[in-house]
Amino acid sequence: MIDVKVDGRLKSQRFRQEREADWRRLERLIDKVEKGAMSSLSDEEILAAPVLYRSTLSSLSVARATSLDRGMIDYLETLSARAYFFVYGSRETLRGQLGGFFAQKWPAAVRGLWRETLVSVALLVIGALVAGWLVGQEADWYYAFMPKEMAGGRDPAATTEMLRSTLTGAKNSDGLSAFATFLFTHNAQVALLAFALGFALAVPSAALVLYTGATLGAFLALFISRGLGVEAGGWLAIHGVTELFAVSLAGAAGLRIGWAVAFPGEKSRLDSAAAAGQHAATVMGGVVVMLFFAGLLEGFGRQLIVATPARYAVAAASALIWGLYFYGPRRRAKT
Amino acid sequence: MSDAATVKLTRSFVTPEGVDLRLQLADAGQRAGAFLLDAAIMIAVLVVASLLIGLLGVGALAAAGLKGGEVIAVLWLLGFFLLRNFYFIGFELTAAAATPGKRIMGLRVAARDGGRLRPGPIFARNAMRELEVFLPIALLFSPGVEGGGGVEGWMYFLGLSWAGVFVFFPLFNKDRLRAGDLIGGTWVVRAPKRKLIRDMADEGAERLLRYDFTPAQIDAYGAKELHVLEDVLRQRDRRTMRAVADRIAGKIGWVRGASEDDYDFLSAYYAALRKRLEARLLMGVRRRDKHDA
Repeated sequence: MIDVKVDGRLKSQRFRQEREADWRRLERLIDKVEKGAMSSLSDEEILAAPVLYRSTLSSLSVARATSLDRGMIDYLETLSARAYFFVYGSRETLRGQLGGFFAQKWPAAVRGLWRETLVSVALLVIGALVAGWLVGQEADWYYAFMPKEMAGGRDPAATTEMLRSTLTGAKNSDGLSAFATFLFTHNAQVALLAFALGFALAVPSAALVLYTGATLGAFLALFISRGLGVEAGGWLAIHGVTELFAVSLAGAAGLRIGWAVAFPGEKSRLDSAAAAGQHAATVMGGVVVMLFFAGLLEGFGRQLIVATPARYAVAAASALIWGLYFYGPRRRAKT
Repeated sequence: MSDAATVKLTRSFVTPEGVDLRLQLADAGQRAGAFLLDAAIMIAVLVVASLLIGLLGVGALAAAGLKGGEVIAVLWLLGFFLLRNFYFIGFELTAAAATPGKRIMGLRVAARDGGRLRPGPIFARNAMRELEVFLPIALLFSPGVEGGGGVEGWMYFLGLSWAGVFVFFPLFNKDRLRAGDLIGGTWVVRAPKRKLIRDMADEGAERLLRYDFTPAQIDAYGAKELHVLEDVLRQRDRRTMRAVADRIAGKIGWVRGASEDDYDFLSAYYAALRKRLEARLLMGVRRRDKHDA
C-alpha cells in the first residue's frame, strides 16, 4: 500500500502506462501491414513484430488476471488477434506458391483423386453410350440432349453436306479470340458449378457429368449415322481431350466433397469436409488452367487446323502431355 | 462484451504461446452486410467498366473494324469472369484476409484449426459461392414460371427451396458457417480495429487523494457495478451522474458536502473500488457483482 500513497496511481494504471508505447508501436505496424504495405516495412520492423506480439500477448494475460480496466483488455484482445494473424500468417511469395502448385501440389492432388476420376470418366462414357444408343433408336432424342444454342444447326434435320461443312474450320481468323474467351469462361463456370454441387451430396455433380456425356454421345451418334464419325471425332478430340478431362476432374472433385460430407468415416463431418474441400480445391485451381488451354485449342486450334489427321495428332499429344504430367513417374516430393 | 449474444459467438482460440484469444465469430447480420457491400461494389465496378469498355468498343469498331471490336469483347468477357470468380479470392489472399465489405464490417477469414490460411481453402470457400449465390440467382430469374401453376410451378418452387437451403445455411449452425466455410475449413471472425480508450482511473486516482472511503464503504460493490460506473463516467451525463451519485452515497452512507461535484465523487469512488477489487484479484478472488461474497 505504501507505493500507492506515494503517487496515488493504481497498479493496473501504472502497468498500462509503462507498456502503452509498445502496444501502440505494434498497432501502427499491423495497420501498415493490413493496408497492404508489407514491402514498406523496414527490416527492423519485421524483426520487431514477433517480439512486440509476444510482449503484447503476455500483457493480455496479465491484464486479464489483474486488471479491471475493460477498455485496455478489449484493446489488447483485438490487437493480439490482429497481430497473431500477421505473425502466424502466410508469408510465402506468390511466385513460390505458384511454383509449388504446378510442380507438386496440383499433380499430387489429381493423382490422389484417381478413384473419383475413374468414376467420373465412367459416368461420362455411360452418358455418351446411352445417349448415342437412344439417338440411334429414335433421332428425336437428339433434341432432348442437345440444347438449341449449342447445336448451331447441327441436328438430325440437317443434310449430310451441311453437317460436313460445320466440321471444317473457318478460313479467316476473325472473331476467334472472342470465341475462345467465351468458351473458356463458360466452361470454367460449368466446372466450378460441378465442384460446388458436390456439396449437395455429389448427386448433382454426377448428374452434370452424365449430362455432359449425353450431349457428347448424341452429337457423335448423329455424325456417325451420316458416315462422318472419324471427322467429327477429330473435330471434338482436338480440344475435347483436355476439356473433357478437365470436366471429369471437376466432377471428381465434386464427388470427393459429396462423399466426404455424406460418409465422413472416422473423422468428424466438419473435419472430413474441410480435408476433402482443400484437396478438391487444389484440383479445381488447376482445372481452370486446363480449361483455359482447352478454350485456346477450341477457339484457335480447331479453326486453324483443318486436316483430320492433324487434329487427331494434337489430341494424342495433349493426352500424352496431361497423362505424363499427372500420372507419370516423378522425383519424390520434398514434403 | 458480456451480453448473451456475444458470449454465444465467442470461441476459445489458443495461440501457440498458450494464450486464449477468445475470438468473436461474425454474426449472420454482419456476414450478410459484408456480402451486400461486396455485391454492391462488384455491381458498381461491372457497370462502370462495362460503360468504359462499351465506349472504347465504339471507338475501336470505328478505328479498326471488327478486329478492334473483338479485342473489346475479349476484355469484357475475361473481366467479367475474373470479377465474378476472383474478386473474393483475390482480396482474401491479401494480408488482411478480407474483402472490402468484410473490412468495413471489421471481419476477416481465419482457418478453423488456427493454422495458416492457405490459398486452397480460400479457393474452396469462394468456389462454393457458385452454389450459394449464383445458382439461386439463376433459378430466381429462370424462365418457366410464366406457365404458372401445375407441375412446372411446383418444380420451380422445389428447386428454389432446395437452393434456399444453401443460401440460409449459416443460420442453421452455431458457428455461422456457410457451405463454403464448411468445405474450406474456415470461419469468419471479428477483427475490428479498436483504439485504446482513456483509462478512467487516470482522473479518479488524483481525486481519490481528496476522499477517504472506509474499507466497508468500498466493499459495497463488485466488478459488474464497477463497469456500469465506468460507462456513466465516460458518458458524463449530468442527470445520470446525479442519480448514480445519490444512489451510491445512500448505499455506503456517505454524507456529501453541498459544494461536492458529482463527477469528482463518482470518479474517486471508481478508483477506490477498482483498487480494492484489483487487490483482491491479485489474491485470486474475483468479485463479479455486489451479491458475490
